[in-house]
Amino acid sequence: MKIVTICGAGIGSSGILKVNAERVLQRLGLTASVVAADIASVGTVAADAQVILTSAEFVEAIGPTRADVIVIENYFDTEELSRKIEAAIG
Amino acid sequence: MTLPPLADRAIVVGARAADWREAVRLAGDALVDSGCTTAEYTEAMIRMVDDHGPYIVIAPGLALAHARPGADVRCEGLSVVTLAEPVEFGHAHNDPVRVVIGLAGVAPDAHLASVAALANAFNDSSAIAAVAAATTRDQVRAILQGRSGA
Repeated sequence: MKIVTICGAGIGSSGILKVNAERVLQRLGLTASVVAADIASVGTVAADAQVILTSAEFVEAIGPTRADVIVIENYFDTEELSRKIEAAIG
Repeated sequence: MTLPPLADRAIVVGARAADWREAVRLAGDALVDSGCTTAEYTEAMIRMVDDHGPYIVIAPGLALAHARPGADVRCEGLSVVTLAEPVEFGHAHNDPVRVVIGLAGVAPDAHLASVAALANAFNDSSAIAAVAAATTRDQVRAILQGRSGA
């Protein structure tokens, strides 16, 4: 299982999403590798991903993908993350 | 996991910004004043929003201004700016912004410890309002470093 978090720079906000997604996965008892990447490299980094976590701003730029694209509104809200990740892969 | 010490120069309390650009610029100036970045990094942070939209507003009331690691970053750094009057970034859910965090990293991996510590502080849902309401740098430091109850 691979989850990719996407933002403009590949650090910063995608890093926050990565850290919090890992916390949520651990709480849910799920195993996945979580990788933070920038929007420019989404095509290669997310080619084998099941889930992409990002902001609404990047959905269009991600383009066609086999991964579930999940939009997160509050990056610090682990309940929102938990609910959405569980719905996607739980 | 706690944040590295936040220098006085990295914290600006009760600033005034006419718009989101000015707000991001204040966070960039604080990074420059701390010796962590050059003015080019501040412009790169603003360009991120110009290019990709207000995605840096990652929680209600909070913007995480950042750009790519590069020659304009001298050391890993963090700055905090609280705004006397909230500013609209144009975000669908999380406007208006009262707290702007500036983040600079020399490399994506080196960055993660600070990011994890930031997540620690802000996973407490009352932390953003508490930082926004802080009137001194020490109060801001205490909340971010998880000593708000101390």
